[in-house]
Amino acid sequence: MTQVSMTVNGKAASGEVEGRTLLSSFLRENLHLTGTHVGCDTSQCGACVVHVNGEAVKACTILAAEAAGAEVTTIEGMANADGSLSVLQQSFQDHHGLQCGFCTPGMVMSAAALLKENPKPTEAEVRDYLEGNICRCTGYHNIVKAIMAASGQEVAAVAAE
Amino acid sequence: MYNFDVVVPGSVAEAVAALGEEDAQALGGGQTLIPTLKQRLASPSVLVSLSGIAEIKGVCKTDDGQLSVGGGTTHATVAREAAGTFAGLAGLAGHIGDPAVRNRGTIGGSLANNDPSACYPAAALGTGATIITNAREIAADDFFQGMFTTDLEEGEIITEVRFPVPEASSYQKFEQPASRFALVGVFVAKFADGVRVAVTGASNDGVFRWDEAEAALSANFAPEALDGLTVSGDDMINDLHGTGAYRAHLVGVMAKRAVAAAS
Ligand SMILES: Cc1cc2nc3c(=O)[nH]c(=O)nc-3n(C[C@H](O)[C@H](O)[C@H](O)COP(=O)(O)OP(=O)(O)OC[C@H]3O[C@@H](n4cnc5c(N)ncnc54)[C@H](O)[C@@H]3O)c2cc1C
Ligand code: FES
Ligand code: FES
Repeated sequence: MTQVSMTVNGKAASGEVEGRTLLSSFLRENLHLTGTHVGCDTSQCGACVVHVNGEAVKACTILAAEAAGAEVTTIEGMANADGSLSVLQQSFQDHHGLQCGFCTPGMVMSAAALLKENPKPTEAEVRDYLEGNICRCTGYHNIVKAIMAASGQEVAAVAAE
Repeated sequence: MYNFDVVVPGSVAEAVAALGEEDAQALGGGQTLIPTLKQRLASPSVLVSLSGIAEIKGVCKTDDGQLSVGGGTTHATVAREAAGTFAGLAGLAGHIGDPAVRNRGTIGGSLANNDPSACYPAAALGTGATIITNAREIAADDFFQGMFTTDLEEGEIITEVRFPVPEASSYQKFEQPASRFALVGVFVAKFADGVRVAVTGASNDGVFRWDEAEAALSANFAPEALDGLTVSGDDMINDLHGTGAYRAHLVGVMAKRAVAAAS
Protein backbone atom coordinates (compact mmCIF):
# COMPACT_ATOMS: atom_id res chain seq x y z
CA MET A 1 0.00 0.00 0.00
CA THR A 2 1.17 3.51 -0.73
CA GLN A 3 -0.17 6.90 0.16
CA VAL A 4 -1.60 9.03 -2.67
CA SER A 5 -2.67 12.64 -2.43
CA MET A 6 -4.59 14.73 -4.92
CA THR A 7 -7.01 17.63 -4.97
CA VAL A 8 -10.60 16.51 -5.41
CA ASN A 9 -13.27 19.13 -6.05
CA GLY A 10 -10.95 21.77 -4.68
CA LYS A 11 -10.12 19.96 -1.43
CA ALA A 12 -7.00 18.03 -0.50
CA ALA A 13 -7.68 14.29 -0.44
CA SER A 14 -5.39 11.40 0.35
CA GLY A 15 -5.55 7.74 1.14
CA GLU A 16 -3.79 4.38 1.17
CA VAL A 17 -4.01 2.54 -2.14
CA GLU A 18 -2.63 -0.54 -3.84
CA GLY A 19 -0.86 -0.16 -7.18
CA ARG A 20 -3.90 -1.62 -8.91
CA THR A 21 -6.43 0.71 -7.25
CA LEU A 22 -8.36 2.54 -9.96
CA LEU A 23 -9.21 6.21 -9.61
CA SER A 24 -12.90 5.19 -9.72
CA SER A 25 -12.37 2.89 -6.71
CA PHE A 26 -10.38 5.52 -4.84
CA LEU A 27 -13.12 8.11 -5.33
CA ARG A 28 -15.96 5.77 -4.42
CA GLU A 29 -14.41 3.61 -1.73
CA ASN A 30 -11.81 5.81 -0.05
CA LEU A 31 -13.49 9.19 -0.45
CA HIS A 32 -17.11 7.94 -0.54
CA LEU A 33 -17.79 10.09 -3.57
CA THR A 34 -20.22 7.63 -5.12
CA GLY A 35 -21.50 10.02 -7.77
CA THR A 36 -18.84 8.65 -10.12
CA HIS A 37 -20.60 5.55 -11.43
CA VAL A 38 -19.00 2.37 -12.69
CA GLY A 39 -21.18 1.02 -15.47
CA CYS A 40 -19.00 -1.37 -17.41
CA ASP A 41 -15.53 -1.27 -15.84
CA THR A 42 -14.24 -2.06 -19.35
CA SER A 43 -13.65 1.51 -20.61
CA GLN A 44 -16.69 1.50 -22.86
CA CYS A 45 -19.63 3.28 -21.20
CA GLY A 46 -18.35 6.60 -19.85
CA ALA A 47 -20.44 6.53 -16.64
CA CYS A 48 -17.19 7.02 -14.72
CA VAL A 49 -15.95 10.13 -16.56
CA VAL A 50 -14.28 12.70 -14.28
CA HIS A 51 -11.89 15.54 -15.03
CA VAL A 52 -8.19 15.11 -14.29
CA ASN A 53 -6.31 18.39 -14.64
CA GLY A 54 -9.28 19.71 -16.58
CA GLU A 55 -9.53 16.86 -19.09
CA ALA A 56 -12.29 14.27 -19.30
CA VAL A 57 -10.98 10.79 -18.53
CA LYS A 58 -12.55 7.45 -17.66
CA ALA A 59 -11.91 6.99 -13.95
CA CYS A 60 -12.11 3.21 -14.40
CA THR A 61 -9.16 3.35 -16.80
CA ILE A 62 -6.62 5.36 -14.82
CA LEU A 63 -4.85 4.23 -11.69
CA ALA A 64 -5.22 6.27 -8.52
CA ALA A 65 -1.42 6.41 -8.45
CA GLU A 66 -1.42 8.08 -11.89
CA ALA A 67 -3.68 10.84 -10.56
CA ALA A 68 -1.38 11.59 -7.63
CA GLY A 69 -0.86 15.34 -7.38
CA ALA A 70 -3.60 16.06 -9.92
CA GLU A 71 -6.67 18.29 -9.72
CA VAL A 72 -9.68 15.99 -9.99
CA THR A 73 -13.26 17.13 -10.46
CA THR A 74 -16.18 14.74 -10.02
CA ILE A 75 -19.92 15.24 -10.38
CA GLU A 76 -20.00 16.22 -6.69
CA GLY A 77 -17.93 19.25 -7.63
CA MET A 78 -20.26 20.48 -10.37
CA ALA A 79 -23.00 22.22 -8.37
CA ASN A 80 -22.82 25.94 -7.59
CA ALA A 81 -21.16 27.02 -4.35
CA ASP A 82 -24.56 27.44 -2.66
CA GLY A 83 -25.48 23.85 -3.53
CA SER A 84 -27.92 24.75 -6.31
CA LEU A 85 -27.55 22.95 -9.64
CA SER A 86 -25.17 24.42 -12.23
CA VAL A 87 -26.63 25.66 -15.52
CA LEU A 88 -25.64 22.42 -17.22
CA GLN A 89 -27.11 20.20 -14.50
CA GLN A 90 -30.31 22.24 -14.39
CA SER A 91 -30.55 21.93 -18.15
CA PHE A 92 -30.48 18.12 -17.88
CA GLN A 93 -33.41 18.37 -15.49
CA ASP A 94 -35.33 20.92 -17.57
CA HIS A 95 -34.94 18.97 -20.81
CA HIS A 96 -35.53 15.54 -19.30
CA GLY A 97 -31.97 14.55 -20.16
CA LEU A 98 -32.07 11.64 -17.73
CA GLN A 99 -34.38 8.81 -16.79
CA CYS A 100 -32.70 6.32 -14.44
CA GLY A 101 -29.77 8.71 -14.02
CA PHE A 102 -27.06 6.09 -14.05
CA CYS A 103 -25.19 7.55 -17.01
CA THR A 104 -25.82 11.14 -15.95
CA PRO A 105 -22.67 11.89 -13.94
CA GLY A 106 -20.51 10.83 -16.89
CA MET A 107 -22.73 12.68 -19.35
CA VAL A 108 -22.50 15.89 -17.34
CA MET A 109 -18.72 15.60 -16.95
CA SER A 110 -18.23 14.92 -20.68
CA ALA A 111 -20.60 17.74 -21.60
CA ALA A 112 -18.80 20.15 -19.27
CA ALA A 113 -15.47 19.25 -20.90
CA LEU A 114 -16.99 19.80 -24.35
CA LEU A 115 -18.45 23.21 -23.47
CA LYS A 116 -15.15 24.34 -22.00
CA GLU A 117 -13.39 23.45 -25.26
CA ASN A 118 -16.20 24.51 -27.59
CA PRO A 119 -18.75 26.84 -25.92
CA LYS A 120 -21.26 26.76 -28.80
CA PRO A 121 -21.08 23.26 -30.30
CA THR A 122 -23.30 22.17 -33.15
CA GLU A 123 -25.68 19.28 -32.61
CA ALA A 124 -23.34 17.03 -34.60
CA GLU A 125 -20.39 18.08 -32.43
CA VAL A 126 -22.34 17.25 -29.27
CA ARG A 127 -23.28 13.82 -30.57
CA ASP A 128 -19.72 13.21 -31.68
CA TYR A 129 -18.25 14.23 -28.31
CA LEU A 130 -20.61 11.89 -26.47
CA GLU A 131 -19.41 8.89 -28.49
CA GLY A 132 -17.94 7.30 -25.39
CA ASN A 133 -20.95 7.88 -23.11
CA ILE A 134 -23.62 5.23 -23.28
CA CYS A 135 -27.20 5.76 -22.08
CA ARG A 136 -29.65 2.88 -21.96
CA CYS A 137 -32.71 5.05 -21.28
CA THR A 138 -33.08 8.37 -23.00
CA GLY A 139 -32.19 7.65 -26.60
CA TYR A 140 -29.70 10.57 -26.28
CA HIS A 141 -32.07 13.07 -27.89
CA ASN A 142 -32.87 14.97 -24.69
CA ILE A 143 -29.27 14.80 -23.49
CA VAL A 144 -28.20 16.55 -26.68
CA LYS A 145 -30.98 19.11 -26.18
CA ALA A 146 -29.91 19.73 -22.58
CA ILE A 147 -26.32 20.39 -23.63
CA MET A 148 -27.32 22.64 -26.54
CA ALA A 149 -29.63 24.60 -24.22
CA ALA A 150 -26.92 24.91 -21.55
CA SER A 151 -24.69 26.48 -24.20
CA GLY A 152 -27.37 29.13 -24.77
CA GLN A 153 -28.58 27.78 -28.09
CA GLU A 154 -32.06 27.24 -29.46
CA VAL A 155 -33.08 23.59 -29.11
CA ALA A 156 -36.48 23.46 -30.81
CA ALA A 157 -34.82 22.23 -34.00
CA VAL A 158 -32.86 19.37 -32.40
CA ALA A 159 -34.34 16.31 -34.05
CA ALA A 160 -34.24 12.69 -32.96
CA GLU A 161 -31.89 10.59 -35.05
CA MET B 1 -6.31 -7.32 -11.60
CA TYR B 2 -3.38 -8.97 -9.93
CA ASN B 3 -1.60 -6.42 -7.83
CA PHE B 4 1.53 -4.58 -8.96
CA ASP B 5 3.64 -1.63 -7.91
CA VAL B 6 3.52 1.65 -9.83
CA VAL B 7 6.49 3.92 -10.40
CA VAL B 8 6.36 7.27 -12.18
CA PRO B 9 9.88 8.20 -13.34
CA GLY B 10 10.64 11.69 -14.62
CA SER B 11 13.09 10.82 -17.41
CA VAL B 12 13.62 8.21 -20.12
CA ALA B 13 16.83 7.06 -18.44
CA GLU B 14 15.03 6.40 -15.14
CA ALA B 15 12.20 4.64 -16.94
CA VAL B 16 14.62 2.38 -18.82
CA ALA B 17 16.32 1.51 -15.53
CA ALA B 18 12.97 0.75 -13.88
CA LEU B 19 11.97 -1.44 -16.84
CA GLY B 20 15.08 -3.51 -16.22
CA GLU B 21 13.36 -5.10 -13.20
CA GLU B 22 11.94 -8.55 -13.74
CA ASP B 23 8.33 -8.46 -15.03
CA ALA B 24 8.27 -4.68 -15.25
CA GLN B 25 6.07 -3.21 -17.99
CA ALA B 26 5.62 0.27 -19.45
CA LEU B 27 2.30 2.03 -18.86
CA GLY B 28 1.43 4.63 -21.50
CA GLY B 29 -2.11 5.98 -21.34
CA GLY B 30 -3.40 2.67 -20.01
CA GLN B 31 -6.32 2.62 -22.45
CA THR B 32 -5.33 -0.83 -23.66
CA LEU B 33 -3.16 -2.08 -20.82
CA ILE B 34 -5.55 -1.39 -17.91
CA PRO B 35 -8.44 -3.31 -19.57
CA THR B 36 -5.95 -6.12 -20.30
CA LEU B 37 -4.81 -6.20 -16.66
CA LYS B 38 -8.44 -6.33 -15.52
CA GLN B 39 -8.87 -9.47 -17.58
CA ARG B 40 -5.76 -10.88 -15.94
CA LEU B 41 -4.17 -11.35 -19.35
CA ALA B 42 -0.97 -9.76 -18.03
CA SER B 43 0.64 -9.88 -14.61
CA PRO B 44 3.49 -7.39 -14.39
CA SER B 45 5.14 -6.89 -11.01
CA VAL B 46 5.84 -3.21 -11.66
CA LEU B 47 4.16 -0.75 -13.99
CA VAL B 48 6.47 2.00 -15.13
CA SER B 49 4.22 4.94 -15.99
CA LEU B 50 5.60 7.09 -18.79
CA SER B 51 3.16 9.91 -18.04
CA GLY B 52 5.65 11.92 -15.98
CA ILE B 53 8.30 12.15 -18.72
CA ALA B 54 8.04 15.62 -20.28
CA GLU B 55 10.79 14.93 -22.83
CA ILE B 56 8.63 12.38 -24.71
CA LYS B 57 5.54 14.55 -25.02
CA GLY B 58 4.63 17.06 -27.69
CA VAL B 59 4.53 17.67 -31.43
CA CYS B 60 7.05 19.72 -33.45
CA LYS B 61 8.53 20.18 -36.91
CA THR B 62 12.11 18.89 -37.34
CA ASP B 63 14.81 20.81 -39.24
CA ASP B 64 14.36 18.54 -42.25
CA GLY B 65 10.61 19.17 -42.37
CA GLN B 66 9.36 15.98 -40.74
CA LEU B 67 6.75 15.98 -38.01
CA SER B 68 8.09 14.70 -34.72
CA VAL B 69 5.62 13.33 -32.20
CA GLY B 70 6.86 12.35 -28.73
CA GLY B 71 6.11 8.72 -27.83
CA GLY B 72 4.09 9.78 -24.79
CA THR B 73 1.92 12.29 -26.68
CA THR B 74 -1.81 11.74 -26.33
CA HIS B 75 -4.14 11.31 -29.30
CA ALA B 76 -5.93 14.53 -28.27
CA THR B 77 -2.69 16.52 -28.42
CA VAL B 78 -1.81 15.13 -31.86
CA ALA B 79 -5.33 15.92 -33.12
CA ARG B 80 -4.90 19.51 -31.96
CA GLU B 81 -1.25 20.21 -32.69
CA ALA B 82 -0.76 18.38 -35.99
CA ALA B 83 -3.87 19.93 -37.55
CA GLY B 84 -1.97 22.76 -39.23
CA THR B 85 0.98 20.74 -40.53
CA PHE B 86 -0.31 17.24 -41.22
CA ALA B 87 -4.09 17.13 -41.45
CA GLY B 88 -4.22 13.42 -42.33
CA LEU B 89 -2.49 12.49 -39.07
CA ALA B 90 -4.51 14.95 -36.98
CA GLY B 91 -7.73 13.57 -38.48
CA LEU B 92 -6.69 10.02 -37.64
CA ALA B 93 -5.80 10.89 -34.05
CA GLY B 94 -9.02 12.86 -33.58
CA HIS B 95 -11.16 9.85 -34.47
CA ILE B 96 -9.55 7.26 -32.22
CA GLY B 97 -12.09 5.99 -29.70
CA ASP B 98 -13.78 8.85 -27.88
CA PRO B 99 -12.61 12.08 -26.21
CA ALA B 100 -11.79 10.47 -22.85
CA VAL B 101 -9.73 7.74 -24.54
CA ARG B 102 -7.94 10.38 -26.62
CA ASN B 103 -7.06 12.37 -23.48
CA ARG B 104 -5.11 9.40 -22.08
CA GLY B 105 -4.06 7.08 -24.93
CA THR B 106 -0.66 7.71 -26.51
CA ILE B 107 0.95 7.13 -29.89
CA GLY B 108 3.74 5.06 -28.33
CA GLY B 109 1.24 2.77 -26.63
CA SER B 110 -0.74 2.34 -29.81
CA LEU B 111 2.29 1.47 -31.96
CA ALA B 112 3.84 -0.80 -29.32
CA ASN B 113 0.58 -2.68 -28.97
CA ASN B 114 0.12 -3.09 -32.76
CA ASP B 115 -3.50 -4.13 -32.48
CA PRO B 116 -4.51 -5.41 -35.94
CA SER B 117 -7.42 -2.94 -35.89
CA ALA B 118 -5.57 0.09 -34.50
CA CYS B 119 -5.37 3.35 -36.43
CA TYR B 120 -1.84 4.70 -35.83
CA PRO B 121 0.01 1.75 -37.40
CA ALA B 122 -1.63 2.73 -40.73
CA ALA B 123 -0.21 6.28 -40.47
CA ALA B 124 3.25 5.08 -39.51
CA LEU B 125 3.44 2.50 -42.31
CA GLY B 126 1.53 4.71 -44.75
CA THR B 127 4.11 7.50 -44.50
CA GLY B 128 7.22 5.41 -43.91
CA ALA B 129 7.70 6.93 -40.48
CA THR B 130 10.68 6.26 -38.23
CA ILE B 131 10.01 4.85 -34.77
CA ILE B 132 12.65 6.09 -32.37
CA THR B 133 13.29 4.30 -29.10
CA ASN B 134 15.65 4.81 -26.19
CA ALA B 135 18.05 2.51 -28.05
CA ARG B 136 17.67 2.95 -31.83
CA GLU B 137 15.68 4.08 -34.86
CA ILE B 138 13.39 1.59 -36.61
CA ALA B 139 11.81 2.12 -40.03
CA ALA B 140 8.06 1.51 -40.00
CA ASP B 141 8.56 -1.06 -42.79
CA ASP B 142 10.58 -3.17 -40.29
CA PHE B 143 8.67 -2.31 -37.11
CA PHE B 144 5.33 -4.11 -37.57
CA GLN B 145 5.73 -7.88 -37.47
CA GLY B 146 2.22 -9.29 -37.41
CA MET B 147 -0.68 -8.76 -35.04
CA PHE B 148 0.32 -7.60 -31.57
CA THR B 149 3.97 -8.13 -32.58
CA THR B 150 6.64 -5.50 -33.22
CA ASP B 151 10.39 -5.26 -33.49
CA LEU B 152 10.61 -3.76 -29.96
CA GLU B 153 12.81 -5.55 -27.46
CA GLU B 154 11.72 -6.13 -23.89
CA GLY B 155 11.84 -2.89 -21.92
CA GLU B 156 12.42 -0.73 -25.02
CA ILE B 157 10.51 2.57 -24.97
CA ILE B 158 9.17 4.46 -28.00
CA THR B 159 10.35 7.99 -27.34
CA GLU B 160 9.48 9.61 -30.66
CA VAL B 161 7.86 8.95 -34.00
CA ARG B 162 9.06 10.93 -37.00
CA PHE B 163 6.64 11.30 -39.90
CA PRO B 164 7.60 12.52 -43.37
CA VAL B 165 4.83 15.02 -44.12
CA PRO B 166 2.99 14.08 -47.34
CA GLU B 167 1.78 16.60 -49.95
CA ALA B 168 -1.70 15.19 -49.43
CA SER B 169 -3.02 12.43 -47.20
CA SER B 170 -6.11 11.01 -45.56
CA TYR B 171 -7.08 8.18 -43.27
CA GLN B 172 -10.52 6.73 -43.74
CA LYS B 173 -11.86 4.13 -41.35
CA PHE B 174 -14.97 2.05 -41.46
CA GLU B 175 -15.73 1.98 -37.78
CA GLN B 176 -16.71 -1.12 -35.89
CA PRO B 177 -19.53 0.73 -34.15
CA ALA B 178 -19.24 -0.90 -30.73
CA SER B 179 -15.49 -0.57 -30.21
CA ARG B 180 -14.85 2.33 -32.60
CA PHE B 181 -11.69 0.57 -33.79
CA ALA B 182 -11.24 0.13 -37.53
CA LEU B 183 -13.20 -2.68 -39.15
CA VAL B 184 -11.02 -1.55 -42.04
CA GLY B 185 -8.96 1.62 -42.18
CA VAL B 186 -6.84 2.90 -45.06
CA PHE B 187 -4.15 5.58 -44.92
CA VAL B 188 -3.18 7.12 -48.26
CA ALA B 189 -0.19 9.47 -48.51
CA LYS B 190 1.00 11.25 -51.65
CA PHE B 191 4.66 12.27 -51.73
CA ALA B 192 6.66 13.94 -54.50
CA ASP B 193 8.23 10.57 -55.33
CA GLY B 194 5.14 8.36 -55.12
CA VAL B 195 2.13 7.24 -53.12
CA ARG B 196 2.00 4.93 -50.11
CA VAL B 197 -1.13 3.05 -49.04
CA ALA B 198 -1.40 1.22 -45.70
CA VAL B 199 -4.33 -0.91 -44.59
CA THR B 200 -5.31 -1.73 -41.01
CA GLY B 201 -8.15 -3.77 -39.52
CA ALA B 202 -8.21 -6.23 -42.38
CA SER B 203 -5.35 -8.69 -42.35
CA ASN B 204 -4.59 -11.50 -39.93
CA ASP B 205 -1.00 -10.27 -40.13
CA GLY B 206 -1.87 -6.75 -39.00
CA VAL B 207 -1.19 -3.55 -40.91
CA PHE B 208 0.14 -3.96 -44.49
CA ARG B 209 1.00 -1.94 -47.59
CA TRP B 210 -1.18 -2.39 -50.65
CA ASP B 211 1.44 -2.42 -53.41
CA GLU B 212 -0.87 -2.51 -56.45
CA ALA B 213 -2.79 0.50 -55.18
CA GLU B 214 0.46 2.36 -54.53
CA ALA B 215 1.59 1.75 -58.13
CA ALA B 216 -1.76 2.75 -59.60
CA LEU B 217 -2.04 5.91 -57.50
CA SER B 218 1.56 6.91 -58.14
CA ALA B 219 0.67 6.94 -61.85
CA ASN B 220 -2.66 8.71 -61.35
CA PHE B 221 -3.71 10.05 -57.94
CA ALA B 222 -7.46 9.72 -58.43
CA PRO B 223 -10.09 7.34 -57.02
CA GLU B 224 -10.71 5.87 -60.51
CA ALA B 225 -7.12 4.68 -60.61
CA LEU B 226 -8.21 1.98 -58.17
CA ASP B 227 -11.08 0.71 -60.38
CA GLY B 228 -10.75 -3.01 -60.89
CA LEU B 229 -8.04 -3.49 -58.24
CA THR B 230 -8.90 -6.01 -55.56
CA VAL B 231 -7.20 -7.63 -52.60
CA SER B 232 -7.74 -11.25 -51.65
CA GLY B 233 -9.91 -11.92 -48.58
CA ASP B 234 -8.24 -15.29 -47.93
CA ASP B 235 -5.89 -14.09 -45.17
CA MET B 236 -8.23 -11.47 -43.78
CA ILE B 237 -9.84 -11.33 -40.38
CA ASN B 238 -13.06 -13.33 -40.36
CA ASP B 239 -15.16 -12.60 -37.28
CA LEU B 240 -18.69 -11.79 -36.21
CA HIS B 241 -18.27 -8.23 -37.42
CA GLY B 242 -17.45 -9.18 -40.99
CA THR B 243 -16.08 -11.90 -43.23
CA GLY B 244 -12.68 -11.76 -44.89
CA ALA B 245 -14.38 -11.16 -48.25
CA TYR B 246 -16.33 -8.23 -46.80
CA ARG B 247 -13.17 -6.70 -45.38
CA ALA B 248 -11.36 -7.20 -48.69
CA HIS B 249 -14.17 -5.31 -50.41
CA LEU B 250 -13.98 -2.53 -47.81
CA VAL B 251 -10.25 -2.09 -48.45
CA GLY B 252 -11.02 -0.90 -51.98
CA VAL B 253 -13.88 1.32 -50.86
CA MET B 254 -11.97 2.99 -48.04
CA ALA B 255 -8.88 3.48 -50.23
CA LYS B 256 -10.99 5.33 -52.82
CA ARG B 257 -12.57 7.46 -50.11
CA ALA B 258 -9.14 8.29 -48.73
CA VAL B 259 -7.87 9.40 -52.16
CA ALA B 260 -11.00 11.52 -52.67
CA ALA B 261 -10.61 13.12 -49.23
CA ALA B 262 -6.82 13.60 -49.30
CA SER B 263 -5.69 17.13 -48.51
C1 LIG C 1 -13.14 2.63 -25.79
C2 LIG C 1 -11.84 2.57 -26.54
C3 LIG C 1 -11.83 2.85 -27.90
C4 LIG C 1 -10.65 2.80 -28.63
N1 LIG C 1 -10.70 3.07 -29.96
C5 LIG C 1 -9.57 3.00 -30.70
C6 LIG C 1 -9.58 3.30 -32.09
O1 LIG C 1 -10.60 3.67 -32.67
N2 LIG C 1 -8.40 3.21 -32.77
C7 LIG C 1 -7.24 2.87 -32.15
O2 LIG C 1 -6.22 2.83 -32.81
N3 LIG C 1 -7.20 2.61 -30.84
C8 LIG C 1 -8.33 2.67 -30.10
N4 LIG C 1 -8.27 2.41 -28.75
C9 LIG C 1 -6.97 2.08 -28.15
C10 LIG C 1 -6.26 3.36 -27.70
O3 LIG C 1 -5.84 4.09 -28.83
C11 LIG C 1 -5.06 3.10 -26.81
O4 LIG C 1 -4.77 4.32 -26.23
C12 LIG C 1 -3.80 2.61 -27.47
O5 LIG C 1 -4.00 1.48 -28.25
C13 LIG C 1 -2.75 2.24 -26.44
O6 LIG C 1 -2.12 3.39 -26.02
P1 LIG C 1 -1.87 3.66 -24.47
O7 LIG C 1 -1.01 4.85 -24.41
O8 LIG C 1 -3.18 3.74 -23.80
O9 LIG C 1 -1.01 2.42 -24.05
P2 LIG C 1 -1.13 1.41 -22.82
O10 LIG C 1 -2.48 0.84 -22.75
O11 LIG C 1 -0.61 2.07 -21.61
O12 LIG C 1 -0.07 0.33 -23.28
C14 LIG C 1 -0.28 -0.54 -24.38
C15 LIG C 1 0.98 -1.37 -24.61
O13 LIG C 1 2.04 -0.56 -25.08
C16 LIG C 1 3.15 -0.56 -24.17
N5 LIG C 1 3.63 0.82 -24.19
C17 LIG C 1 2.93 1.93 -23.82
N6 LIG C 1 3.64 3.05 -24.10
C18 LIG C 1 4.81 2.64 -24.65
C19 LIG C 1 5.97 3.32 -25.16
N7 LIG C 1 6.06 4.66 -25.20
N8 LIG C 1 7.00 2.58 -25.62
C20 LIG C 1 6.91 1.22 -25.63
N9 LIG C 1 5.86 0.52 -25.17
C21 LIG C 1 4.81 1.22 -24.70
C22 LIG C 1 2.60 -1.06 -22.87
O14 LIG C 1 3.60 -1.71 -22.11
C23 LIG C 1 1.52 -2.02 -23.33
O15 LIG C 1 2.07 -3.24 -23.69
C24 LIG C 1 -9.44 2.46 -27.98
C25 LIG C 1 -9.43 2.20 -26.61
C26 LIG C 1 -10.60 2.26 -25.88
C27 LIG C 1 -10.57 1.98 -24.43
S1 FES D 1 -17.21 2.34 -15.98
FE1 FES D 1 -15.58 3.42 -16.88
S2 FES D 1 -16.13 3.44 -18.95
FE2 FES D 1 -17.74 2.25 -18.08
S1 FES E 1 -30.63 7.81 -17.96
FE1 FES E 1 -30.56 5.71 -17.62
S2 FES E 1 -28.67 5.16 -18.55
FE2 FES E 1 -28.92 7.20 -19.15
